[in-house]
Amino acid sequence: MKFLPMAVLVAAVALSACTNPNRFGDDANGSGNPAIGQPLNGIVPGSANDPTSVAYFNQAVGDRVLFLIDQSALTDVGRATLDGQATWLMTNNDYQAVIEGHADEQGTREYNLALGARRANAAREYLVSKGVPAARLRVVSYGKERPIEICSNEACYAKNRRAVTVLAGGQTS
Amino acid sequence: MKFLSICAALVCAVALTSTAQAQQGPLKITIEEGIIQPLPFAVPNFQAETGEAGQLAADLSRVIAADLQGTGVFREIPSSAFIAQYSDFNAAISYPDWKAINAQALVTGAVSVSGNNVNVKFRVYDVVSGTTLGEGLQFSGTTDGWRRMAHKVADEVYSRITGEGGYFDSRVVYVSETGPKNDRKKRLAVMDYDGANVRYLTDSSAIVLAPRFSPTGDRVLYTSYESGFPRIYVLDIGSVQRRVLQSGEGTMSFAPRFSPSGQTVVFSISQGGNTDIYSMDINSGQSVRLTNTPAIETAPSYSPDGSQIVFESDRSGSPQLYIMSASGGEARRISFGEGRYGTPVWSPRGDLVAFTKQNSGRFHIGVMRTDGSEERLLTASFLDEGPTWAPNGRVIMFTRETQGAGGASSLYSVDITGRVLKQVQTQEGGSDPSWSPLQQ
Repeated sequence: MKFLPMAVLVAAVALSACTNPNRFGDDANGSGNPAIGQPLNGIVPGSANDPTSVAYFNQAVGDRVLFLIDQSALTDVGRATLDGQATWLMTNNDYQAVIEGHADEQGTREYNLALGARRANAAREYLVSKGVPAARLRVVSYGKERPIEICSNEACYAKNRRAVTVLAGGQTS
Repeated sequence: MKFLSICAALVCAVALTSTAQAQQGPLKITIEEGIIQPLPFAVPNFQAETGEAGQLAADLSRVIAADLQGTGVFREIPSSAFIAQYSDFNAAISYPDWKAINAQALVTGAVSVSGNNVNVKFRVYDVVSGTTLGEGLQFSGTTDGWRRMAHKVADEVYSRITGEGGYFDSRVVYVSETGPKNDRKKRLAVMDYDGANVRYLTDSSAIVLAPRFSPTGDRVLYTSYESGFPRIYVLDIGSVQRRVLQSGEGTMSFAPRFSPSGQTVVFSISQGGNTDIYSMDINSGQSVRLTNTPAIETAPSYSPDGSQIVFESDRSGSPQLYIMSASGGEARRISFGEGRYGTPVWSPRGDLVAFTKQNSGRFHIGVMRTDGSEERLLTASFLDEGPTWAPNGRVIMFTRETQGAGGASSLYSVDITGRVLKQVQTQEGGSDPSWSPLQQ
């Protein structure tokens, strides 16, 4: 497993931005691009049963943490999810990640961009504090531009206020 | 005809001094207080002085009337009510016939076409006092620029009656939107202020946000995700060439605006979760940090003289409006009402700041004086945001988004009294308008 140079990784991220309709985590089964492989001990490499796969990270570990209204402080649930992410990232060293910060639609476009940046950074700092090398983690804010739920009430807003850890690299890239 | 070809590009104006009486009539309407009774006016179809000018004469008259009617300051009297039949620009005006249908202002004109060149003459009459209002004027230009000529005539009429600067011969750059909320496609577009002549400036392969006109109206700053991260670009409207403004590795930059000189850009950088305001010399790329707090500082906008910047910050615990020197330093808070304030924009006249206010689950566009006094909310809806000023500082355009799964964005305008609210027609959904200065 070679460590990919940054330029290649950025290209891979940009490519997935164009081609993956689940880019913003609007599908809980979003599984990246699972490699085609033969089952080994009944585990299909790249499937959600393969603990080294993106699908496993997204579903079993959990790729996102949610935030309270106008808050960027991590919740207890969020910290527990990030503990799992940190463990996984330190086990699967060939992955890098972009942490995407998002806001709900209550708020101006500019403020929400800044708020999304705060949220993404809160998740990143926590992962770094748990030992994930900072160089493997980038942040981006989408503000309110990419909600995953489209209703205009708290049930949807609660899911839109999120920081999603999107993996790049590894065996599936 | 060298002179004409220069005029054709610029649309030039020549006073018709020969027959007009340069006399100021008593016809006057003041916008400041809010218009309760719009001023009735008539624009009979302009005279076609050459055979092929007929359609253009009719079209010009309709655009002029629509400009005036759209302000809410004026009310058009339909031609079906006319008693006098207008056909000759130089014939005497039959004031009693226009008085009889309660017209207070009358705009007459004549159009001639020669090849691609158009010449438009017009006069404004104060029907009540039976005099002309100002001098006759003529504009020359090209046939494909006929709408601009109509807007220039309407600007002149509006100015003469209201005493305010015009705003019809202007453009709006905005984000054109299609698709559902969770997969919205966005691209930059520019149009005339009334929605005509739409031209798309980017494709929708990357999210684009909040375009802002340069003071000369030839360039646009905007934020794009084409690199995968939000970065500021400057785009030349004529050539559609664009370049990124570098803001440092590992950072996000957004919320740009030009200084009044056009030489400096003020904007936000997010780094390490913290968002501050910077300014950058657009040619050298040299940037200066203007705020330095752990709070969110964004949405900066220059005063018209370039000496100060109004911006939003949540340093007090919630987003509020502040003013600081254009070189940074101490800021004074100007918003103290209930709720959250954002996206302040300094009026081109310097007297007011327009803003977005969020309070009790509703959004408003409002204005306040630059010391924070006389706050006035002009609109209320599920989501109104992002005001931009008309060049005369008397009308504001903004984004209104409807709620729910089928929510969509469109452009609205409202005058500073809040009485005249209307949707601006766009081909697709629209957001983040930025009004150009008056065209030259």
